[in-house]
Amino acid sequence: MARVLDCNAKRQCFVACTLTLGAYNPRMSAAIRVSNLVKTYPGRPPVEAVRGVSLEVRRGECFGLLGPNGAGKTTTLEIIEGLLAPTSGDVEVLERRWDTDDRAIRERIGISLQETRLPDRLTVRETVELFRSFYPSGISPQEAVAAVSLQEKTGSYVDRLSGGQKQRLAVACALVGDPEMLFLDEPTTGLDPQSRRELWDVVRAYKGRGRTVLITTHYMDEAERLCDRVAVIDHGKVIAIGAPSELILNAGGEHVIDVRLAEDACACPVAAEDLARLPTVAAVRPADGGFALSAAEPHTALPALLVLLQQKGITPAGLGTRLATLDDVFLALTGRHLRDGESA
Amino acid sequence: MNRPLQQLVLARFREFFRRPSTVFWVYGFPLLLSGVLGVAFQNRPVERIPVDVSAEGSGGTEAAEALKNKLKRDPRVVVAIGTDRECRDRLRTAKTGLVVIPIAAPSRYEYLFDPNRPESLLARSAADSALVRADAPGLAAPTDVAFDEPGGRYIDFLIPGLVGVNLMGGGLWGVGFVVVDMRVRKLLKRFLATPMRRQDFLLALMISRAVFTLIEVLILLAFGYLAFGVAVRGSPLALAALVVLGAACFGGVGLLVACRVETIESVSGLMNAVMLPMYLLCGVFFAADRFPDAVQPLIRALPLTALLDGVRAVMNDGAGWPAVAWPAAVLTAWGVLSFALALRFFKWR
Repeated sequence: MARVLDCNAKRQCFVACTLTLGAYNPRMSAAIRVSNLVKTYPGRPPVEAVRGVSLEVRRGECFGLLGPNGAGKTTTLEIIEGLLAPTSGDVEVLERRWDTDDRAIRERIGISLQETRLPDRLTVRETVELFRSFYPSGISPQEAVAAVSLQEKTGSYVDRLSGGQKQRLAVACALVGDPEMLFLDEPTTGLDPQSRRELWDVVRAYKGRGRTVLITTHYMDEAERLCDRVAVIDHGKVIAIGAPSELILNAGGEHVIDVRLAEDACACPVAAEDLARLPTVAAVRPADGGFALSAAEPHTALPALLVLLQQKGITPAGLGTRLATLDDVFLALTGRHLRDGESA
Repeated sequence: MNRPLQQLVLARFREFFRRPSTVFWVYGFPLLLSGVLGVAFQNRPVERIPVDVSAEGSGGTEAAEALKNKLKRDPRVVVAIGTDRECRDRLRTAKTGLVVIPIAAPSRYEYLFDPNRPESLLARSAADSALVRADAPGLAAPTDVAFDEPGGRYIDFLIPGLVGVNLMGGGLWGVGFVVVDMRVRKLLKRFLATPMRRQDFLLALMISRAVFTLIEVLILLAFGYLAFGVAVRGSPLALAALVVLGAACFGGVGLLVACRVETIESVSGLMNAVMLPMYLLCGVFFAADRFPDAVQPLIRALPLTALLDGVRAVMNDGAGWPAVAWPAAVLTAWGVLSFALALRFFKWR
């Protein structure tokens, strides 16, 4: 019973979110429809990896599943990809269902898994040719290799490629069937900044042709730069859904003022309530050795903050303003950082 | 052949032939093994039969010396005289096959030997015949004629055995190991994420394996012929049919062994658990008939026994299609059954 109520609440939240966006045209068919998705792995106790996820991905958008490791992103994605059977719930991809139209869907989508070690002793071209042969139609292997800028490595064995090049090759294998939709599971995890940017370019170019992308990531910057909309996932549930800028706005403003007061946080001479009363400050969170203030207008809030500190006779140990990120959103919603508990 | 199948087979070929170490272990090692075993087990005449004579029998040292001289009539018999303790120790450690103990009465002696050891039995009969002939000089000796017909040597027995072992190892490792490796690499899952047909994938695996194995068997047979003169005396076509069936059958078994395994370690263990009993029971290095009658039905039902029986019948006995029928039926049954089970329980992701 509790779960049913929970799901309903989620659905209402979802409806509210999509309504606030306004631009959504309900008559336009969605690329993906997911409702009340549940995945429970048997065991003692059973592991509830996905606990009632509902979402809709529109055609032509890049949609991100954002959340910390172990949040249920990959499980959700693999159910949508038809690689994993859900415990319950409905999935529709390009208006078809996996149990009846498996092959028809597969011919129209491209998938890059979180980790695939492609055959070591095939060259880049041979690998893409192999994948091309599985699809009844598509682009030429050369085009796919060019789309991920691996032309110079065409004749190299897979085991001679760098991590970033391997990842781009994996995407080339997903692109070679000229899919209407691209699924990418943490495509830039473990890559250096240069390789990440190169991969982002590939995704942007694909989306630029009006195609749909569903991507999972635990990098907030990746979600912000790449995604039109994101679903923030935590503990197998969608806790927020919308455009990154909107989520940031809803979480208390686009700006954050970080103020560090003392080494000893317990002996803090300023109360959070005093800070919350400052003009345009929407939220106050304790951060290490001080506070993080979400402020709509830092140019108004900051002078008031300085006056307050002066009255109390405090010299801040550190003071700065920055743009709010999805991490601040996650922090506001869960009290944890996106990357908390990550081994890397 | 449709295009995906062609590409999948091509990919297997490339992966295989581009790894020099794989090529060596698949093609070079069996040759090395058959070379070493062939030389080591070459049929040699028995040159030396050690026999001890105890100096402490009730007959005394003189009787012992007399016995030694009589025994020397057989040039193969090597005689040593020692104390009772020494002789028994040498018998226990298999340094000698027989201890002759002289007894106080004239021309009376005792044989101390191990009836379970062939060399002990051989020593007993050689010594006995030498002593009897020495005591009865009038007894006419038969003429010995050495028999040496091709097909009867140990190497003639061994090469078909190695062909069978290679077919088994190739099928199990070549299919099973590759499948688990692909599963570990998430490559199976990646393929499943495409519209690839599963039967194309499995078929490509079997086709590529069959080709690798055929090459392997041809090389081994050529080596056996050139190095040891082991020839195929029966129908080459029947042999080829058996080899293809054997490769397919063990490929199916390999697929079954690997159908749900998720780590390289456990598949290695499973492979060995399947292969080791067959190595031992099916008559690779010595004839399977030597096992007790009670286990013979089990041994006869194993695919490797059937394969070896068939291959030896064709190669050594010069048999044709009729001799191949039963082994072929056994191999087909194993192949079809294991392939069907593997398909039913195969874990793709």
